[in-house]
Amino acid sequence: MSKYFRRKLFIYVLTFFLAVTIDWLIPRFMPGNPIQVLIARANLKAESAKVVYSYYMRAFGLDVPIWNQYANFWNALFHGDFGTSLWLFPQPVIKIILRAVPYDILLLLPAILLSWFAGNKFGAFAARSKWLDNTVSPLGYVLTATPYMWLGMLLAWTFGIVLRVLPFSGAYSYALMPTLSWIFIWSLLEHWILPFVSLFMVMFGGWAIGMRNMIIYELEADYSHYLETLGAPRRLIRRYAFRNALLPQITGLALQLGVIVAGALVTEIVFSYPGIGYLILQAIQNHDYFLLQGCFLFVIIGVLLANLAIDVTYVLVDPRTRTGMQGER
Amino acid sequence: MSLQVDDLTLYYQTLHGDVKALEGATFSVADGEIMGLAGESGCGKSTLANGLILLKPPMRFVHGSVRLDDEELPVWDTDRMDAFRFRRISIVPQYAMNALNPTRKIGKMTVELLRSRKVDVRSTLPELERRLDLVGLSHEVLGMYPIELSGGMKQRMVMVLSTLLDPSLLMADEITSALDVSTQKAVARMLVEFRDRRFVKSLMVITHDLSILNQIADSILIMYAGRLAEKGSTDRIINAPRHPYTRLLIASLPKVGVRHRQTRLTGIPGSPPFLLHPPVGCRFRERCPAALPECGEEPPFVEIEKGHYVACWRESGTDAEA
Amino acid sequence: MTQQKKRREFAYFALRNNKLRIGVAIVFLFMVLALVGPWLTHYKPREFVAPGAQHPSSQFWMGTTSLGEDVFTQFVYGLRATFIVGLLGGGLGTLIGILIGFVAGYRGGMVDELLNMFTNIVLVIPSLVVLLIIAAYLEVRGFLFESLFIGFFAWPWAARAIRAQTFSLRSREFVDLARLSGMKPLRTIVTEIAPNMMSYLLLVFILQFGGAILTAATLDFIGLGPTNAVSLGLMMNNAVIWGALILGMWWWFIPPGLAITAIVGALYVTNVGLDEVFNPKLREM
Repeated sequence: MSKYFRRKLFIYVLTFFLAVTIDWLIPRFMPGNPIQVLIARANLKAESAKVVYSYYMRAFGLDVPIWNQYANFWNALFHGDFGTSLWLFPQPVIKIILRAVPYDILLLLPAILLSWFAGNKFGAFAARSKWLDNTVSPLGYVLTATPYMWLGMLLAWTFGIVLRVLPFSGAYSYALMPTLSWIFIWSLLEHWILPFVSLFMVMFGGWAIGMRNMIIYELEADYSHYLETLGAPRRLIRRYAFRNALLPQITGLALQLGVIVAGALVTEIVFSYPGIGYLILQAIQNHDYFLLQGCFLFVIIGVLLANLAIDVTYVLVDPRTRTGMQGER
Repeated sequence: MSLQVDDLTLYYQTLHGDVKALEGATFSVADGEIMGLAGESGCGKSTLANGLILLKPPMRFVHGSVRLDDEELPVWDTDRMDAFRFRRISIVPQYAMNALNPTRKIGKMTVELLRSRKVDVRSTLPELERRLDLVGLSHEVLGMYPIELSGGMKQRMVMVLSTLLDPSLLMADEITSALDVSTQKAVARMLVEFRDRRFVKSLMVITHDLSILNQIADSILIMYAGRLAEKGSTDRIINAPRHPYTRLLIASLPKVGVRHRQTRLTGIPGSPPFLLHPPVGCRFRERCPAALPECGEEPPFVEIEKGHYVACWRESGTDAEA
Repeated sequence: MTQQKKRREFAYFALRNNKLRIGVAIVFLFMVLALVGPWLTHYKPREFVAPGAQHPSSQFWMGTTSLGEDVFTQFVYGLRATFIVGLLGGGLGTLIGILIGFVAGYRGGMVDELLNMFTNIVLVIPSLVVLLIIAAYLEVRGFLFESLFIGFFAWPWAARAIRAQTFSLRSREFVDLARLSGMKPLRTIVTEIAPNMMSYLLLVFILQFGGAILTAATLDFIGLGPTNAVSLGLMMNNAVIWGALILGMWWWFIPPGLAITAIVGALYVTNVGLDEVFNPKLREM
């Protein structure tokens, strides 16, 4: 078990190291002089362009040898220094990002967990009979094939424009200031519903389909067959099959994280929901590369933490990893 | 009579039509009898075993009757069969190594299974532990997951579990084929012991390995291409076989201790017919060194001496050789 | 069973499988539309053809955008882009997955260990965010670029799945036989393992195809897709930017998303249908 964790941790540390390196490499080794590109895109007047240019040179530390630059990058990172934002100058990037993170957690954590549970239940339900499978499963396929942003747009248009029952822009009413009042919390909740539902529904379809396919394999497995020959009731066999099918679904959650992050990103863009996805869009549109770099690192850290949490869960529920055997993951 | 099978016929439904996997099986197993069931793979012996306990599509019940302890066994009705499974008829499956739920502790799984079958767990557990002792498993296995047990241990566990409710008939399907020779012997001895202690009233040991049957079986039933070929006491089958197929089978028996693959026995030229469109008449005719003109018709399965049945015109005809 | 008989059986089940029939039909329909669509319209996708924001009519089948472009024209050109990126990106992802999965599964040992680690790393990094950063720095981007990058980041799960399959096939008798008879590893993979996995590889490709389409749509939606063409994702991006939601111009943003959902959903359904055809255990439920 500790070997299992040591291996995992090693991979994650290595991944983090690599991600930071990529983050550092990209602006330096893209074709052309990225700083010239940045300035050209920013449409600045000649004299301010000069100022910005020298600022960038210093900020990226491009005037020192390359290895020094790399070491400096790491050093700054460990001091929580992600640079200064250009879009919201002179706020430090880290502050902007930390302001956005709670919204991501608020949106993603419930969407991921609830869709996982509900989707698995639903998929197991669909696998109960040929009839249910043929009527209910297609819904799962349609949902999981839906682009996140499109479902978001449909929901925003239906509930926000046509029916006018829910707001579809921002995290709370622009008329309010963030305070700990019922009005504010209500506003927060109202604005949260549509992005949550659109994330939830697409993921739900994926989990339902995954479970449906898994459980059919499990019901054909030798242990299910043996229980049948011992006259065990269908209910017991299904319960075992469901539990065993959940294990690959936990692994699936780890595999899906990348897609989920991408989905959250575009969903936030559709609903102007001020999480990291929305920041990334702002960073791209305002050519704020420090902010972009910072967001990238935060996403990586979030994904790594989530992976770790999934690993711990997996060990807790799969006896095969606990008993010193190598779990398949 | 523990088990009485009459004219049992089971087909497999496939795209190309029915595969006639078992036709007209008629035989009985006496109380306390260990009957060996042998033949090449695909001869219908596993079909017979599965048909008796878990008959489900694509397997199809065509006709026949099965009586267990003089009671009709509704093999064609999978719901009604549930009452008999485990309690009256049970199986140690071919896949015994993978038969236990990998994510449940063995003891917990056993308890859940017993509860689901409305068996009183409290009174059964001491017996379970006694039987674990008997097969040389420590009680600790109940607190373990299947992955913590070796293949042989898992198999013994399944044997104990399958026989826990003292069924009238236990079928052991190829349970020695995945084991090494010394373990094979131990497992075979265990089966005899189970019978001697009346854990099971009678036993059907399905195998392609006649040498195992020679050691433990009271009688042997030889099948060929979905039909019964010969049944008799172990002594008669091994030492004085009457069906040409049995003779060739015995002659091709490997030397003691040599394992052979579960493929066609190389000693007999030719291969069994496809059971989608089996030939009319005796199914062994094509490969039979002693085929007669009569063999174009189906030979009856007749008793040629007490307890010795053969389906061969040479034996049932008037000019039977001794 | 003989190889030919087996093939005939597959064909029989393939023709009878409703999931497969429906899935293939939908994909085929859109493919035809993507191929002949540009001949059905006499406009260019970025051409100003009419006053903006027109409802669908006999002249403009899907209405016009705020900028007075014909939505139908953009739609059929965008479909083309979708299929190209899906095929190229999905194909490349499958190819890399096959390469890494086969080698890792077949060689085992240290090679497997290293490739597995590499796979896990790429798997953990959210590919879209990396694509975002790279795309954000590039001035000019084409379909080829987009497909390549999607392919380069989409392979890990395919590699893992193929590795596991190869692992189990490797220990089968016929592969042992090939090895004992002195066949070279690559030859063994090509002649013994790959044919037995063809069905599985097809399933992997279909899923990669669908995945690439979705990834491309996401990139395009953020505005980091090809800079020189239209795509379904870009149409949605434009629709949001030009306020199609608030103006209630449903004809602008519904068709592209609907097409993507239909194509990807049909691919998934095809995948399940094929799985049932190849895997006899799944035929009866």
